Amino acid sequence: MTRSQVLRDSAGVAVATGAYGISFGAIALAGGLDFWQTMALSLLMFTGGSQFGLVGVIAGGGAPIAGAATAIMLGARNALYGLRLSELLNVRGGKRLLTAQLVIDESTAMSIGRDSDRSARLGFYATGIGVFVCWNLGTAVGLVGASWLSDPSLLGLDAAAPAAFLALLAPRLRGREAWAVALAAAVVALIVVPLVPVGVPVLIAALVGVIAGLLPGRSAGRKDPADSAGPTEGGGVDRDGNDGGAVVDHRSDDGAADSRRRDGGELDGRAEPSGAS
Amino acid sequence: MSLWIAILAACLGCYLFKLAGLSVPRTLLERPKVQRISALLPVVLLSALVAVQTFSTGSALVLDARAAGLAVAGIAVWRRAPFLVVVALAALTTALVRMWVPGS
Repeated sequence: MTRSQVLRDSAGVAVATGAYGISFGAIALAGGLDFWQTMALSLLMFTGGSQFGLVGVIAGGGAPIAGAATAIMLGARNALYGLRLSELLNVRGGKRLLTAQLVIDESTAMSIGRDSDRSARLGFYATGIGVFVCWNLGTAVGLVGASWLSDPSLLGLDAAAPAAFLALLAPRLRGREAWAVALAAAVVALIVVPLVPVGVPVLIAALVGVIAGLLPGRSAGRKDPADSAGPTEGGGVDRDGNDGGAVVDHRSDDGAADSRRRDGGELDGRAEPSGAS
Repeated sequence: MSLWIAILAACLGCYLFKLAGLSVPRTLLERPKVQRISALLPVVLLSALVAVQTFSTGSALVLDARAAGLAVAGIAVWRRAPFLVVVALAALTTALVRMWVPGS
């Protein structure tokens, strides 16, 4: 893979993610955050699933601490990405501190699976920096756009966040176990809604994931090994011309392909089996 | 103010996870249970967020226009619509239902 191909793939992913950032900016403002709080999330947190998670809890009237806990748990997957990238990037000291901020779904996906270490490093940095720029620009555009609206709920923006979560969730629902765990979490969360403070039901639902993960008999290695081929299709999707805002690949029937892009990070479901194998 | 503190704390927490992956000995994070749980966490958190944000307001369970928005979003996701289309359709549907059914 040539240098320009890698850069072109990275640019495509960055632009698409920027379009997604627009919706984040709009949803965050509708959820009650102000301009700089929202920009702080995109600049400093810079991992979309966690950002949406925090905003979602706050928008629902939850305690800020519950929003923070949700965001941090959603961000745990980035540690797994870093683990896979550490040997490849081999960064130390101050450079490691800066590089760490770029460890997200997209940069990992566009890095692992390249045919050479050189392409992999280029894919990581080009995607990471490109997404950082576009994501923050998109957030700012969404903020400015949404601030023109007087009452966001008139436009149904309170339904936009759960729809975003659903789109993030869908690529992860592969196999009966994932469906079962997801449904159990939703039911448990709704059952406890009247019983505990706002924001806490989601944290209780997290226990469902921990318990399911601790149950014996189904190791991560059981998952379809073909999943580990996931990241390589990033280029393929790009060539499909699936650009601006197409966060879910709507074209390919290859299961791995549509899971690739979004920041909610379908990647971790698949980054993991190859790591375990 | 507490919102700012929560935002900055969450940013720090997310950053430390990113840094940990590049820094921590591989053996810890490569334990199968740790990997499995961290793969399942996004599934349960997102699923719970969808449910809670669609079917509750504060501490009350409610069924309102958002459910229609989510249903349309579900169809759009199933049809593999782009992310922004999914979000926009959900918002549009919810707004239209509210217009027809005041108070929903």
